[in-house]
Amino acid sequence: MAAIDPAARTAARLRYAVPGALRTAMGLASRLAGLLGGLLATGHAAAADLPEDRADLMYHSYTGGGVTATGPALLVRKSIDDAFSLSASYYVDSVSNASIDVVTTASPYHERRTERAAGLDYVYHDALISVAGSNSKEPDYTADSASLDVAQDVFGGMTTVNLGYSRGWDTVGKHGDPAFSDTANHWQYRAGLTQILTPRWLASANLEVVSDAGYLGSPYRAARVFGAAVPETDPRTRSSRALAVRAVGSIGTDSAVRASYRYFWDTWDIRANTVEVGYSQYLQQQRWLVDGYARYYKQSHASFYSNNFTTQLTYMSRNRQLSTFDSVGLGVKGTYSALKVAAHYEIKLNGALERLRFQYSDFTDIRTGRDYSFDATVLELYVSATF
Amino acid sequence: MNAHSVDLEAAVASPMARGAGLHGTRPLRPYGRGLAALLVAALLPLGGCSIEPWVKPYDRERLADPIMKPARDTLAEKHHEHIYDVREGARGATGVQGGGCGCN
Repeated sequence: MAAIDPAARTAARLRYAVPGALRTAMGLASRLAGLLGGLLATGHAAAADLPEDRADLMYHSYTGGGVTATGPALLVRKSIDDAFSLSASYYVDSVSNASIDVVTTASPYHERRTERAAGLDYVYHDALISVAGSNSKEPDYTADSASLDVAQDVFGGMTTVNLGYSRGWDTVGKHGDPAFSDTANHWQYRAGLTQILTPRWLASANLEVVSDAGYLGSPYRAARVFGAAVPETDPRTRSSRALAVRAVGSIGTDSAVRASYRYFWDTWDIRANTVEVGYSQYLQQQRWLVDGYARYYKQSHASFYSNNFTTQLTYMSRNRQLSTFDSVGLGVKGTYSALKVAAHYEIKLNGALERLRFQYSDFTDIRTGRDYSFDATVLELYVSATF
Repeated sequence: MNAHSVDLEAAVASPMARGAGLHGTRPLRPYGRGLAALLVAALLPLGGCSIEPWVKPYDRERLADPIMKPARDTLAEKHHEHIYDVREGARGATGVQGGGCGCN
C-alpha cells in the first residue's frame, strides 16, 4: 500500500544516493512516510471532489423579540480546471432593533451590516484544501477573518478527516462616541471525522476550540446593581470547546433521517446542550424535496451574569445571551426542481420557515417583573442554480 | 504523524486558553487535550495495517445523494448559524464555516 505514496518512493530512491549518517534519518523519515502512507494510501481509489459550480440568490428575514433583520444574499461558485474552485458571497442584514434591551435602556435604531467573503478550494489527490477570507461591516463594528481548512479522504474514501483554523480581527466602535475604539481577536481550531458506516449510514464527530481576546461585550448594554443600570463589564478573554456528533441515514427509497447532539463548555462557565433531529423526503419523482426538523437548545448562565447584582463585582453583565435559557425551533423546508437538463444545469426554488421560542429563566422583563420570553420567525426564499 | 496532534495541542495550549483563568473566570480542564489524544490514538494504529473499505465505491450511491447532506445550501446555513450565534452563548462544531459577524 505504501508503494503508491510519493514520499515513501522518494525516501527509497534517496537511500541509495545518500550513504552514511544521513541513512538513519532517512530510514526514520521513510518509516514515518510509510506509516502516513498506510493511512492515506487506501484513499487512492477515490479522489476528493471539488464543490459543485453554483449560484444562489436569497432573501432572508428574521423577526422576533422586537428585532427585524432582512436582506439579500448572493453566492457564486465556479471551478477552474479540475483542481480549483473559486467562490464569492455578499450578504446584507438590514436590522431594525427595538429589542427589550434597547427599549429599556436606549432608543430603537436601524443599521445595516454587509459581509463580503471569498474563497478558493483546491483538490490535491484525496485532499480538499480551502482558504477563505471575509469582511463584515456595520457602522460601529467591523470584523475581518481568514481561514484554512483541509479535508483528507482516507481508507478508500470511507473516512474523511477535517482540520481547520480561522483567525478573526474585530474593531469595536460606539455610536456618538468617536473616542471609543477597541479591538477583539479570535482564534478557532477545528478537527472532525466523517465515517461511512454502511451503504445507508454516515456518522461524524467534530471538535471546535474558540479563543477570544479583547473587547467581548457591548458598549451599549447595561448591567443592574440594586436595580440601577451600570455599564456592563465582561472579561477580556474567553475560551470555549464544542463537541458535536451527528448521524444521517437513508430510509426506504426516497427519504433520510438525521440526528445530532452538541455539548458546549467555556471559561465563562456556560454549559450548553443542543439536540437536533430531522427528516427529509423526496416527492413526485424527486421533483420536490421536503425537510422537517426540530431543534432544542439549553444553556446555563455565565459566572458573571446576574439579572440584578446585589454586590459590585469586577465583571458584571446582564446580557441575556449569557443567561440561563432554552430555545425550541421547528422548521420546514421545501425545494422544487424547476428546470433540469441532466449533466448541464438545474434550477431549484427553495423556501424555508423556522419558528423559534426563547424562554429565559433568570432574565426578567423589568417592565413586568416576569421572566422574559419571545417568539421568532426565520424565513429564507432563494433560487439556486447548479451548472 | 503528529501533524494533527500538534494543531490540537496548539489549540488547547493557546495563550488565550491559558490566560483565561487570570481574569476571574474558571480555567478549562484539559478535556480538549484528552479528546485530541483520543482522536489521534484512534487513527494511528489504523495507519500500520491495511483495512479494506467495507462499503465499496459502487455501494455509495445513496450516500452521495443530496438528501444525505443536512447542510446542502451554504447561504441558508450561514443565515441560520448567524441567528443562533447572535442569540445563544454556545458556538462552534456545527460544520458551517462562519465569518466575522459582530455578534456582540
